[in-house]
Amino acid sequence: MKARSIILLMILVIVTIIGGFFVYPKGPAAEQFANKILPWKLGLDLVGGSYLVYKVDMASVAPADRDAVMNGLRDVIEKRVNLFGVSEPRVSASQVSGEYRLNVELAGIKDLNEAIRQIGETPFLQFSEVEFKEGQEIPVFRTTELTGRYVKGSQLVFGQANLPVVSLEFSGEGATLFEDITKRNIGKELAIFLDGNLIEVARVNEPIAGGRAQITGIQDIQSAKQLVERLNAGALPAPISLINQQTVSASLGQDSLFKTIWAGMWGTIAVMLFMLIYYRGLGFFSAVALLIYVVLTLVIFKLFSVTMTLAGIAGFVLSIGMAVDANVLIFERTKEEIRRGLSKVDALEEGFKRAWTSIRDSNLSTILTALILYNFTSGFVKGFALTLFIGVLVSMFTAITATRNLLRVFYIRS
Amino acid sequence: MFDLIKYKNVFIGFSLILVIAAVAAMAVFGFRLGIDFTGGTLWQFRFNGDSVTVPALEDFFKASAGLENISLNTDSDQKLFLLRTNEMKEADHQRISDLLKSRFPGMEELRFESIGPTVGDELRRKAVLAFVLVLVGISLYIAFAFRKVSEPVSSWKYGLITLVTLFHDALIPAGLYAVLSHWQGVEIDTNFIVALLVIMGFSVHDTIVVFDRIRENLRVQKNKKLPEIINMSVNQTFARSINTSLTLILVLLALYFLGSATLQYFVLIILIGTVIGTYSSIFVASPLLTFFTKE
Repeated sequence: MKARSIILLMILVIVTIIGGFFVYPKGPAAEQFANKILPWKLGLDLVGGSYLVYKVDMASVAPADRDAVMNGLRDVIEKRVNLFGVSEPRVSASQVSGEYRLNVELAGIKDLNEAIRQIGETPFLQFSEVEFKEGQEIPVFRTTELTGRYVKGSQLVFGQANLPVVSLEFSGEGATLFEDITKRNIGKELAIFLDGNLIEVARVNEPIAGGRAQITGIQDIQSAKQLVERLNAGALPAPISLINQQTVSASLGQDSLFKTIWAGMWGTIAVMLFMLIYYRGLGFFSAVALLIYVVLTLVIFKLFSVTMTLAGIAGFVLSIGMAVDANVLIFERTKEEIRRGLSKVDALEEGFKRAWTSIRDSNLSTILTALILYNFTSGFVKGFALTLFIGVLVSMFTAITATRNLLRVFYIRS
Repeated sequence: MFDLIKYKNVFIGFSLILVIAAVAAMAVFGFRLGIDFTGGTLWQFRFNGDSVTVPALEDFFKASAGLENISLNTDSDQKLFLLRTNEMKEADHQRISDLLKSRFPGMEELRFESIGPTVGDELRRKAVLAFVLVLVGISLYIAFAFRKVSEPVSSWKYGLITLVTLFHDALIPAGLYAVLSHWQGVEIDTNFIVALLVIMGFSVHDTIVVFDRIRENLRVQKNKKLPEIINMSVNQTFARSINTSLTLILVLLALYFLGSATLQYFVLIILIGTVIGTYSSIFVASPLLTFFTKE
């Protein structure tokens, strides 16, 4: 039994020491090495950056196609965001009470305003049928299913009088749609809208098969070039609008980060001192277990690339205050058993055994709360629930298994 | 041994007074809802150059930028400013930002948040749902964990008392927040909701410790009556209830005094909730059990 405990402790000590260097590398060489393997992943609220939420207008998309459109949209925005040189852009789709949303995270970006402007400006190309009603000067535009999402490729060519022409090639489905639309509208006009602005009205002379079209209504070469670039990167399959924006500067984030880490360190020291003063010898081992807890939890955060946000670090600091709870319950019970006349060895084993039900029930309630919190929150606050959840799991291991083996090897003998 | 049951009406009465005060505070003062809930813009910036005054900035935002409905706060050095206003489109944000920089050089943007009203509605709905889920979820779990206990109080009653106690623990800090909201202008945001949920998740720990001991004593001390068992259990577990909360209070105090200002009210609410939760676990939850027996 004791031999097993010694082996386990040795493994734990080695893991903790290596883990310590892994989470807090000292010296340029170590730092370079640890960060090369796996750097800390800091949230936007700490490194500075933006969290953007876009609403996707699905009005013109058939319900069956909506998921496919969302995927396309995410890919397109991802491509665009990558062009801004963001370290780790994240684009994710979500659906909230029937509304489609796109969440974009831009961390550590230099020219944020430009990025937001460009995401917002991405082209939404749409083809509309034109109908002139009797006695009305302004025609009625009827949107068709044909949009930029069916564009396969685009090229800049020059037409008459050296005016720029944007040539489009539609995908298979788009080609069929285009053929149908032109067939329906022979002798009539088709309108092309870019981001809701009318850029060209063209007369259809004959049905066009093969999926090729040309836009000639663009005045200068510069904007024609830009349009081609954007269409090739992928036109937006559905229009989007920014509904929620959170931007934090890097300096504010740095300040919050240092203060919270500082508070966490003092909090840990205070908890360790308290355990030491109140529980003496036993308390010493729980203080060691708490140190192991701090290192192991940080290792897990880093290993699994958990994004560290301010709320996340706060959640971790709170979990430090709870990590020794199991120890308190066990030690109190042990003291009680000693008073009842049990030997130190038996009292300790009894303490671990009898305290287990309340430890289990307490931790399960916290896990339940963390799970509900995780689903309730979004953005910066989500990290809080995650770190709390991981913290509770690790603390069950350090406060029970690690402390128990430490006591078996070092305490019971003396 | 301290006779808790003898004074149970005093403790429960004290809790009742706090709850009534909290409800009254919420009814009278109401809550100042943050932009998380109402939609709107929160814009924080700093001036590194010459000092800028609030009236000058207010004038700028109203006259030059054409904003209505603004509220501007500053810190004691008049360097850091916080502007609250209606939801702002990105184009307006950039236009006003450029204008601000040209008028007041040395302006540095620290934080900009703009939230549409639909997001706020959704958050309100989700907040209520999460609150109810945590409240009911934990209570159901307690009823389940104590399922083997049926005499003299059946297990679902432990769950019910947990529910009442958790509600109590969330209500009192919320009432205090209403007071802070009124006097200090503190706003309700997502963090506030998270804090209330965390309080419930943590405060149940002490309740579990006492209930667990009652469960054990009921099994071992078959000849004793419930009030006696409760008294015994509370006295036996008193130190650990206090100590488990104390370790949490220590880190909360560190976070409150040394941590980031952004989280100050979040930490304060959890701190108060933890103290209330410990009190209610010892002095409210256990005595409530006696109301379920006929003796």
